[in-house]
Amino acid sequence: MEIFWYIAVGIVLTVFFILDGYDFGAGIIHLFFAKKEEDKEVITKSAGLFWDSNEVWLVAAGGMLFMAFPTFYASVFSGFYLPLIIVLWLIIFRAIGLEFRGQFKYQMWKDIWDKSFGVSSLLLALFFGIALGNIVRGVNLGSVENGVSAHEGHYFFLPLWDSSFSPLTEHPGVIDWFTIIIGFIAVVTLTIHGANWVILKTNSSINSKLKSVIFKLNIALAVLTLFSLYVWQIVNPNSLDNFIHKPYLLVFPFIYIIGLVGLFFIKKIKKDSHAFVLSTLLILGGITSSLASLFPVILPSINDTHEDLTIYNTAASEYGLSVAMTWGIIGFILLFVYMIIQKRLMGGKIDHMDYGH
Amino acid sequence: MEDMIFYDRLQFAFTITFHYIFPQLTMGLSLMIVYFKWKFLRTKIDKYNNAAKFFMKIFAINFTMGVVTGIPMEFQFGTNWAKFSELTGGIIGQTLAMEGMFSFFLESSFLALFIFGEKLMGQKLHFLTGFLVFLGSWASGWFILATNAWMQHPVGYEILDNGKFVLENFSALFTNPWLLPAFLHNQMASVVTSAFVMSSIGAFYILRNKHSEYGKLFLKTGVVFGLISSVLVAFPTGDWNAKNVAKYQPGTFAAMEGIFETEEAGAEIVLIGQPNMVEKKLDNKIAVPNILSFLTYQEWHKQIPGMDQFDADELPDNIPALYYSYHIMVGLGTIFIGVMALALFFLWRKKLYNIKPLLWTIMFLVPFPYIANITGWYTAELGRQPYLVYGLLRTSDGISPTVSSGNTLFTLLGFVALYMLLGLLFLVLVGKTINEGPTPKTH
Repeated sequence: MEIFWYIAVGIVLTVFFILDGYDFGAGIIHLFFAKKEEDKEVITKSAGLFWDSNEVWLVAAGGMLFMAFPTFYASVFSGFYLPLIIVLWLIIFRAIGLEFRGQFKYQMWKDIWDKSFGVSSLLLALFFGIALGNIVRGVNLGSVENGVSAHEGHYFFLPLWDSSFSPLTEHPGVIDWFTIIIGFIAVVTLTIHGANWVILKTNSSINSKLKSVIFKLNIALAVLTLFSLYVWQIVNPNSLDNFIHKPYLLVFPFIYIIGLVGLFFIKKIKKDSHAFVLSTLLILGGITSSLASLFPVILPSINDTHEDLTIYNTAASEYGLSVAMTWGIIGFILLFVYMIIQKRLMGGKIDHMDYGH
Repeated sequence: MEDMIFYDRLQFAFTITFHYIFPQLTMGLSLMIVYFKWKFLRTKIDKYNNAAKFFMKIFAINFTMGVVTGIPMEFQFGTNWAKFSELTGGIIGQTLAMEGMFSFFLESSFLALFIFGEKLMGQKLHFLTGFLVFLGSWASGWFILATNAWMQHPVGYEILDNGKFVLENFSALFTNPWLLPAFLHNQMASVVTSAFVMSSIGAFYILRNKHSEYGKLFLKTGVVFGLISSVLVAFPTGDWNAKNVAKYQPGTFAAMEGIFETEEAGAEIVLIGQPNMVEKKLDNKIAVPNILSFLTYQEWHKQIPGMDQFDADELPDNIPALYYSYHIMVGLGTIFIGVMALALFFLWRKKLYNIKPLLWTIMFLVPFPYIANITGWYTAELGRQPYLVYGLLRTSDGISPTVSSGNTLFTLLGFVALYMLLGLLFLVLVGKTINEGPTPKTH
């Protein structure tokens, strides 16, 4: 039962990153590559039409996590208090930028809202990557110092950073050199994903340029990926154990590799949707590989005093999880139906869609 | 520790108050949009269709605001109320997760289809998408109220040795005697808000002499919905809720009604008076004898326990705030019935559109249903204190053990600043939509 909900939450969260990921990515593309007003407008629109329904997935993922793994929810959300609230602020600030932009005639104001949309998209991508980095690195559960715990063993609190910026100290912060690397990977991945989205959904004048941007970013991504694999070993020496013991889990890294290799042929790919699928595979493979390397742990402990948080020691009661499975399956079927209906009606380029509520 | 609880409560109160500006409108408005769309299907008069589409635009702005201010609500369960989440997540997580699964997706998917898909799907399907948006938003209310009902009157649980609440009976969450009255009361109150908003826009168009054909339609529809919902909010739904409070939370009932001392031969109802917490009495009180006993138990001389019958640490910790919230809600509700009844009378006499003072009144009354809705929720939430889960889990035992008060104060201030900007954006967007009006643009 725990495994069912672990997979369910994993799916919803991954879908959230795939969907909201493209509009974060569109924001980053908008920030760095859109120069002409028409392009800026259409890129904003390609995010603006969809972001709020994408963020519903975040709400759903949060609700499910809360229901199925309440102890994990309590521990992680209070432990990462500051970065999470900052993420909330960025989400709100980004929405303000997106929605305000169209309300002003003067270029100066448009520029300000453009920047707020772009910068908050960039920072969100970075923070989500850092979050993933924190999860795989682990935290000092129970805030143990010299063998004495300051809290119960499933609680902790992380400052934004520690002066050493090292993941290997007794009390690492949210930001250290390892989590920053994962943050960069997230930014590059989502930028590629966002570029594919812009190419897929718009006829902007920078579409052909974006293809070479994707190519270059993909080289950077390949280098970063290899490098992160190396440092991952330093930070969490057990990270490959799961793959060695259960080789079928290698399917997840393989998904990532397909995405990565495929994107090197971006200029040859005829159908834009195929390229978008490849960057979707990157996100899918990246998140699932990280989760698979930890399973069944969901938050490693970096001290010897307290156990890792796993899906078993943080889950709700058996009865609760099984009732929820019944309604969860109905819910997923309904959701699937809505998505098909929506895809059929909202497919295609959005350049001429009427926007501005 | 005291600081910590205070900042946590203040941050939740502030963010939920701001958040609830939006859903209370969308829930009521979705019902009225379905009505317009249905009228259009029946009559084929374009005016009704344009009205439905116009209000869906306003709905969409509010929905967006609701999403961005709603995510912090969900997150705060974990960030600020970790202990509460850990202990009760196995139960209230059910209803909160169901809200995400069954209402948000429904609402957001079909909202997009309603706005962009009219030409593609034809009128009957378009009506159906509108209806599904309504269904989604009311389902959302249902699940949130189910969550809150459990906190007010916990059912279907078992408490383990480690203090954790585990679910024992899933269906009990939905047959909770607290739920249905609270849900109906809340939904009617949100129809009041949307009816007042619609009447107010109508009155504005008439006074401004702009889009006045629509002004009349909005005002007429708003007044009819407004009177019906204002009455239903008080009776029977408000009455049911008061009886539930008297039955399940008697200390809260005494505090919100301002009964300091138990009276032998029936309790009076207080109309005006300020709680004096030092001398434990109401200053300059105006009260009518025996009415409260009659309203609550249909017996003139039934004794109702006053606050003197309860231990201080069982009573709500902020009695004046609870008392005022409740009385403001009730007072405003009464005014709403009066104004809407008057407006309906003149509508029937075909004079309403020309009586300027009444139009001005209706136009400027628009903030008050929001205040009534929010003070109603304050009554429920302050009334449940000092508990998070009534009688079982104290508020002071629910906060995050590792977050310091300085951090919470910092984030509270951040939310205040950001929400001011967000509020400004909201006003600009709504103002612009209202100014453009419901007449379709001719391309």
